[in-house]
Amino acid sequence: MSSSKQALAHPAPGSGAAPGDKPGAARGAGGRGTPAPGPSSWRSRLYRWDMKAAPYAFISPFFIIFGAFGLIPLLYTGWYSLHNVQLSSLDHKSWAGLDNYRNLLSSDFFWNALKNTFTIGLISTVPQLLMAIGIAHLLNYRLRGSTVWRVVMLTPYATSVAAATLVFTLLYSWDGGMVNWLLGFVGVDPVNWRESTWGSQFAVSSIVIWRWTGYNALIYLAAMQAIPGDLYESAAIDGANRWQQFRHVTIPQLRPTILFTVVISTIGATQLFGEPLLFGGVSGSKGGSEHQYQTLGLYMYDQGWIIGNLGKASAIAWSMFLILLIVAAINLLFTRRLRKSQ
Amino acid sequence: MRTSTRRSHRLMALAAVAALTTGVLAGCSSDSDGTSSNASDSGKGKTTLTVGTFGVFGYKQAGLYDAYMKLHPNITIKEDVTTRTDVYWPKVLTRLQAGAGTDDIQAIEVGNITEAVQTQADKFVDLGKDVDKSQWLPWKNAQATTKDGKQIGLGTDTGPMAICYRKDLFKKAGLPTDRTQLANLWKGDWAKYADVGKDYMKKAPKGTKFVDSASSVYNAAIGGESQRYYDKDGNVIWDKSTGVKAAWNAAMTVATSNMSAKLKQFDPTWDQGFANASFATVACPAWMMGYIQEKAGDSGKGNWDVAAAPTAANWGGSFLGVPTASKHQAEAVALAKWLTAPEQQEKVFAKQASFPSTPAAYPNLKPAAATTAYFSNAPITQIFSDSAKTIPVQTFGIKDQPIGTAITDVGILQVEQKGKTPAQGWSAATKEIKDVLGQ
Repeated sequence: MSSSKQALAHPAPGSGAAPGDKPGAARGAGGRGTPAPGPSSWRSRLYRWDMKAAPYAFISPFFIIFGAFGLIPLLYTGWYSLHNVQLSSLDHKSWAGLDNYRNLLSSDFFWNALKNTFTIGLISTVPQLLMAIGIAHLLNYRLRGSTVWRVVMLTPYATSVAAATLVFTLLYSWDGGMVNWLLGFVGVDPVNWRESTWGSQFAVSSIVIWRWTGYNALIYLAAMQAIPGDLYESAAIDGANRWQQFRHVTIPQLRPTILFTVVISTIGATQLFGEPLLFGGVSGSKGGSEHQYQTLGLYMYDQGWIIGNLGKASAIAWSMFLILLIVAAINLLFTRRLRKSQ
Repeated sequence: MRTSTRRSHRLMALAAVAALTTGVLAGCSSDSDGTSSNASDSGKGKTTLTVGTFGVFGYKQAGLYDAYMKLHPNITIKEDVTTRTDVYWPKVLTRLQAGAGTDDIQAIEVGNITEAVQTQADKFVDLGKDVDKSQWLPWKNAQATTKDGKQIGLGTDTGPMAICYRKDLFKKAGLPTDRTQLANLWKGDWAKYADVGKDYMKKAPKGTKFVDSASSVYNAAIGGESQRYYDKDGNVIWDKSTGVKAAWNAAMTVATSNMSAKLKQFDPTWDQGFANASFATVACPAWMMGYIQEKAGDSGKGNWDVAAAPTAANWGGSFLGVPTASKHQAEAVALAKWLTAPEQQEKVFAKQASFPSTPAAYPNLKPAAATTAYFSNAPITQIFSDSAKTIPVQTFGIKDQPIGTAITDVGILQVEQKGKTPAQGWSAATKEIKDVLGQ
């Protein structure tokens, strides 16, 4: 890895200057039939140009694709968000200025969606990461058939959202669902998981937790295995027990990894869409009859594609983008703080 | 120092892998809404026509494409199916306006036809000129015709309404089981239907309810009202509409009583309700009969019966339009005419009980033998064609679909499942509709 990187970054100008060493460039120049008054200077200029341009050529596919499918739509969405645009008459948009944003700020549905996104994000991310650390710690012990366990941990992640959500919808169904059946043994009355506020948010979060815990556990596990064993040895010599080793060696060593997973999970939580949409079944984009689990993603989809108000949907999309930027800034602040404290 | 850089390298690699897999998986999953088109043009002077549909239209199943290709050897037909309407329609709208990417024939659902007529008429070929309009039910043509008389779609199926009920459950509840007697009991008013429900609940067999949901009663009732959410000039009048009031009241009687199984239609739990016979009746447009057979399965065979609905009503149905962006307009128009002709509609009905919009087909309609047996030999064609012929001409508007959803899935659902009062449900629906209309 590091050697190939060096080769790319430092082309070693001395060795490369030898004529004939770069067959492509040399033949290209020669093949065009230019005997060239100063072949060596022409060649070396071409060569220098090649060295400068080639890296850009190599990385350009990403930027071209990102521009076509990322940046331009992003900017275009911003432009749309300043207009009144209906899905059924895209050509007849009229300038609206900041009306769409003003409309959002005064809309109960928007604040409700923001709040739901936050609470569902919280009750799905926190337990998920805590459980992932615990599971990774257990998997880090010498186990029989450790590969099997690790693969099993990853299977929920490999399951499609649609399939998983369908099963969970059945488990959580009000009448005859397995969760209510089990609760019945403890004497709890059947819960209407889809229509009650905390019930539905819990149900949606549980799907997220189920899908992503194993994924995060594997990331933690990889990081744990990179912790040098001598740290544990010296801790053991100092008389630290397992728990103390976990708290004072493992956790501090995992800090960058934890930050990474927190950032990724937060982004995922802000964009939460598939699980609540499918959990809601028909007209799932409403997120329940009182919008009790309508996330920002769902609200945007509902406004844009179901109701057909693309201008407002674009404004929601940009609001989500701004919220993500704020979240990223907070994350950055935390990272800095942590680095300093280290 | 050394170890920490190595770790961060490894972490970077991990992060990269994680990001990549997420991207790849996301890419895969976006395919799952199921657009399948096999675009391998066989070429050689042949014209390939694509037909864009949603759900199950039954043309392929009834062998119509094969038959047409046999009649016209120079034509190849490909169907481009999207499973869900709410995915299909936005896609069609954007393609129509881009003037590219549309299919040669594009199906339009009744819930979207007004939007198409009022906003996309210039993107469709006028089909009214070269067909005999009297073939179709007058209200069906009216739905697809613009103010200045341009017809952008030809009627395919309709959804005339009946009530499907479980004879065995009715018997246990001590109610009459004869279809004419029942039809007379609730004739003319959905409130009377709810009264029968009250009687049913007095002696209801254990674990059963009278009806699947209050929303289905609302949808059935509003389907028979001439005044819905808009007036003739395109103004929104949903909160003053007599039709909405009547349908809402019927739904409220159901929602505030104990006669509803409180299911949400087209949910997996609703399907289970059919299988477990947990409700005794369901508002039953013709296309619902296929659904019942599939979901209730063998246990329902001979136990289901069909009676006329309280009012003649329509729920569902579609049109075929030809976008002007089509490169083979003439051929596409010919195919659309052929597919919607009475003879072909008969064949689709025989296959999957999609009820024709062409009265000429009614005398010859033969439901599949299995269907007749499943529904206790009820005179299915008679019941549905009586309904279809007497449905009033209804006024539709652009946002009919989201307004309807706001009433059923917000207003009614809150009353039915969250124990809100009808007044609270109404005001929640009002707030929602204001949001829909951007007011």
